[in-house]
Amino acid sequence: MQVTFDGRPTALRRRVLATAGAITATLLLASCAVNEQPPGADVGGHRGIVVGGGSSAQQAAQEAWVVGFQTDNPAATVEYDPAGSGAGREMFIAGGAAFAGSDRAFELEELEEEEFVACEPGSGIIELPAYISPIALAFKLDGVSSLNLDSDTIARIFTGEITRWNDPAIAEHNPDVDLPEQTITAIHRSDDSGVTENFTEYLAAVASDAWPYEPSGVWPLEGEAAQGTSGVVSALNNSSGTIGYIDASRVGDLGVVAVGVGSEFVPYSSEAAAAIIDASPVGEGRAPGDLAVEIDRTSTARGVYPIVLISYLIGCEDYANDDDAELVRAYFEHVISPEGQQDAADAAGSAPISATMFERASEAAALIH
Amino acid sequence: MTTPATASRIKAKQRLGDRIFSSTALTAGSLILAILAAVAAFLMVESVPALTEDPEDVAILSGQPFWSYVAPLVFGTIWSAALALLMAVPVSIGIALFISHYAPRKLAAGLGYIIDLLAAVPSVVFGLWGANVLAPAVLPLYTWLTENLGWIPFFAPPASGTGRTILTAAIVLAVMILPIITALTREVFLQTPVLHEEAALALGATRWEMIRTAVLPFGKPGIISASMLGLGRALGETMAVAMVLSASGGVTFALLTSTNPGTIAANIALRFPEAFGTNINLLIATGLILFAITLVVNMIARWIIGRRKEFSGAN
Repeated sequence: MQVTFDGRPTALRRRVLATAGAITATLLLASCAVNEQPPGADVGGHRGIVVGGGSSAQQAAQEAWVVGFQTDNPAATVEYDPAGSGAGREMFIAGGAAFAGSDRAFELEELEEEEFVACEPGSGIIELPAYISPIALAFKLDGVSSLNLDSDTIARIFTGEITRWNDPAIAEHNPDVDLPEQTITAIHRSDDSGVTENFTEYLAAVASDAWPYEPSGVWPLEGEAAQGTSGVVSALNNSSGTIGYIDASRVGDLGVVAVGVGSEFVPYSSEAAAAIIDASPVGEGRAPGDLAVEIDRTSTARGVYPIVLISYLIGCEDYANDDDAELVRAYFEHVISPEGQQDAADAAGSAPISATMFERASEAAALIH
Repeated sequence: MTTPATASRIKAKQRLGDRIFSSTALTAGSLILAILAAVAAFLMVESVPALTEDPEDVAILSGQPFWSYVAPLVFGTIWSAALALLMAVPVSIGIALFISHYAPRKLAAGLGYIIDLLAAVPSVVFGLWGANVLAPAVLPLYTWLTENLGWIPFFAPPASGTGRTILTAAIVLAVMILPIITALTREVFLQTPVLHEEAALALGATRWEMIRTAVLPFGKPGIISASMLGLGRALGETMAVAMVLSASGGVTFALLTSTNPGTIAANIALRFPEAFGTNINLLIATGLILFAITLVVNMIARWIIGRRKEFSGAN
């Protein structure tokens, strides 16, 4: 079910969001008979309904998680509304959603200022980096399937400073590749997107000389643009000499850039993407259950892939409603479990979290009550 | 001396059917006004926070004032719609004249049906076609134009690498508004008084001269209002533009580069899914601007039609 939101002044908007959540819950109550087991059957685990919403990047993964969770717990229903990260965070604050999916963690100021309606007053917030998606730099160049590019070169390609594929900066690290004298068409997302935000964050962190812009979900420069991941993929495929940043699961037949990290070049892989999360510290001043990592994009550790998108699952540590608490905890535990992570990897092409992160996230999820 | 008849005016007997019909018609008429007023009120109320808020606090604005954010979008909206109209109107008039005055009756009926069918194609289909078929197809032409006619400001290089430029978007828009303009102008041309046409022919006019002297002057207000309806659709078209256009801001008349001004409607569609807080109000405020532009366009059209009425061949 899709709940759409119009813009209202904040107070009214929150009330609308809360009402929308309530309506969703009511409708689900009506539809939950589907899940009910015949009396006497051995009903496993949890029962009830929990509503969440937020990041559209997580949509495919959330669908896989919900299916897995509801198969294990036939009497439970989880509803995820992919309304967008911003809307998800607002819904969660307003109490319209019991948990949120968000492409960024709450800022410390937000945690101090906001009153989370679904949580007991003074409760901490649980944030789990449950969805890790490597962002691939994909290109289409006849006869070339892989290129080594260092961060500075990547930044200068996307600012338009490097305009030819046979530029010395590219040739330097690709002595074996026969680079054509062809114009580079760098394609960015025309919509506001977490992928753009993470990619610009990477550029700003590692190539601040060539990329003097602030990280942002909206591309800060002019140039070729396309709508959504699908739009970028088709724009890449429809002509030659193109390069763009896309969700790694959508690379298909396109060429892929191995990104310069330290002295080596790392192509994207699930392990390398999960490794950068392990190599990154949790932000300072965070509660024990708040695993908001500050990705260390400049890491030169071996085998890390620095261009990743992390999307969080956000819930309360102490729920006002104990039924919510139990369901959300069970759901979060399912999501971070190796099976849950594998389901997401199959469905959405995400990178499963590492064993270390699984342990930390399990400890955090266990705090929910 | 007889008193004027007005004193004892005969009043028609009010019948139930009459009353029901006139009141439903009145309701329908006022309903459209109420809806329009409700939309306008919604837009205005929701726009206020975006206009009063400090631009630093609105993420999309990132510090620049509202008007400098919206100006390139207004330009892009009007520019793309104008280009579309420029391409669509002559073709539409040609098709309409062919159907009404040249084609054999059977062919005309079939052709009219196909044109109407084109109007029913959803804009998302036009968007897919524009981005995946049209853009790669026109790419070589664009490259040739920038290389050989690059001195004309419209064709200034560098050519886009994907063909997804404002000209491509305008072509898609032109195809989309073609059926509306054609259908309306065809109907108007068919209304041309046969006496006028026969008189022209009897005076020795050729068929083209007959069309020029009898049909076109009669149809002029119709052509204008059909164009304005088409322009309205082109101004507000969202999905197709969002999918086809490589929009990255800035005001430029260059048609073939990868840097194109966005349009208001497409910009709202692209930004809305991730927008929150006052950003939503900002997007609604740009919607209010689009609403105002459409109103102004329609008023100009009304004015033109009103001004030309007495000179048309109809009287």
